[in-house]
Amino acid sequence: MLEMRNLSFGVDDSQGKKEILKDVSLTVGDDKFVVITGPNGGGKSTLAKLIMGIEKPKSGQILFDGQDITEKNITERANMGISFALQQPVRFKGVQVLDLIRLAAKKQLSAADACRYLSEVGLCAKDYINREVNASLSGGELKRIEIATVLARGTKLSVFDEPEAGIDLWSFQNLIQVFENMRKNTHGSIIIISHQERILEIADEIVVISDGSILKHGPKDEILPEILGTASAPGSCQFYRRDR
Amino acid sequence: MDKILEMMLEKVAGLHGVPEGAYNIRANGQMAGRNTTANIDIVTREDGTGIDVHIKPGTKNESVHIPVILSQTGLTELVCNDFYIGENSDVTIIAGCGIHNGGAKESRHDGIHRFFVGKNAKLKYVEKHYGEGEGSGERVMNPRTEITMEEGSYMEMETVQIKGIDSTNRETEAHLKAGAKLVVQERLMTHGSQTAESRFDVSMDGENSSANIISRSVAKDSSTQCFYSNLRGNSLCAGHTECDAIIMDHAKISSLPEITANHPDAALIHEAAIGKIAGDQIIKLMTLGLTEQEAEAQIVNGFLK
Repeated sequence: MLEMRNLSFGVDDSQGKKEILKDVSLTVGDDKFVVITGPNGGGKSTLAKLIMGIEKPKSGQILFDGQDITEKNITERANMGISFALQQPVRFKGVQVLDLIRLAAKKQLSAADACRYLSEVGLCAKDYINREVNASLSGGELKRIEIATVLARGTKLSVFDEPEAGIDLWSFQNLIQVFENMRKNTHGSIIIISHQERILEIADEIVVISDGSILKHGPKDEILPEILGTASAPGSCQFYRRDR
Repeated sequence: MDKILEMMLEKVAGLHGVPEGAYNIRANGQMAGRNTTANIDIVTREDGTGIDVHIKPGTKNESVHIPVILSQTGLTELVCNDFYIGENSDVTIIAGCGIHNGGAKESRHDGIHRFFVGKNAKLKYVEKHYGEGEGSGERVMNPRTEITMEEGSYMEMETVQIKGIDSTNRETEAHLKAGAKLVVQERLMTHGSQTAESRFDVSMDGENSSANIISRSVAKDSSTQCFYSNLRGNSLCAGHTECDAIIMDHAKISSLPEITANHPDAALIHEAAIGKIAGDQIIKLMTLGLTEQEAEAQIVNGFLK
């Protein structure tokens, strides 16, 4: 279980201090599939980074399975069972796709086993396994490899920051299946930051973050109609709809 | 063969004991072993400066190992070796040089290798440099490679210097005739207060000749590196030179890729980049459970692979 208590985060910019997250509290239960959505610039990605330890909160506390991890670094959190798929995956010259999957799995996976993870994200594995994770890969290919590294880890908590960004429409169906399979096969919680209705539809819970605060949080059946609603949708959700 | 020699042979040539096929092992200025085959002859030069390796035309899938080991402190040597690669042959030459300096004096190996690659011959040349030793004496290597490529020949040159050489000054010069193709992959890592300089001067003289020079290097601590390459297009030809460097700590790197077209149909490209390890690369590997140091090592190893 992941508990975020009164998290605040801000940055200094040219206009002075800017608050990105204001006193955010959120609990993600075991085996829950939670989708965080909301307008751009609302603080969603920052929240994901706070969970992984890529950014440190200005105040507040993060607990993972009851243990305070607020002061733990990225490596420690990763080894405790948190995984993270970056919104913009990183390229590495000279590092092969197979190397990266092996690092993720923390064992000398056979090429065939590593291929399984690539196939799951819709890549023809044998074409990719020996390729370098460099500029020769397209943004969409990189994105799927990024997701495959999280699958290979199979941890208690997986956080995906906009997994659909850069993935073509044809592969999108496949991506939804990846998450449905994850839900069935791995015993752990999944947090996805997404703008996609199709991803919202498969959630247990939906969280709407806007302007640094949680605007809504509840079961999918309750929240989804509200944010997809028409005239009945509240103010900032109209903003959200425009943003989409 | 003593323990140090055995270990050094493994480092520079991947050898466990005596290699298969043709070989010439030079240790501390002396010949420590030699084997020739029906197709490959190795002859000591009369003036004692080195060896001539003759590969018969049409020789296929054979290899020649010519490792050099220095384990005596204060030993300096200049070795000149010539390689004659017969027409239509397809061979691999593995040269490696290891210096183990346990003393206070400079140990130095200067080598001049001249390759004459015959018509339509295919050659893979691998050169590894390695240095170690607890002594304060410097370990120095200055290799010079001169390449003459006949029509339709192909040469792939792979040079690796990963550890332990305090000072190196590498020069590679090549002349390519029609249809000849040269591919160079250089891997270099410097640390401590080491200095390394690598120069390439490649002339594409014949029609449809081509060259691709790729250098990847990592400079750590307060080491300094200089990369210089000049591709000269003297005919209808294609040339590409690329040098890519990771800079760490207080190191210094300069990179001077140069291209010269002396013919209107010469197509030449150069690329050069120097930069630190990107912060998001470290972050990504940390999210997989690696520590910052492990992530850095992984990135460097991959880059130099």
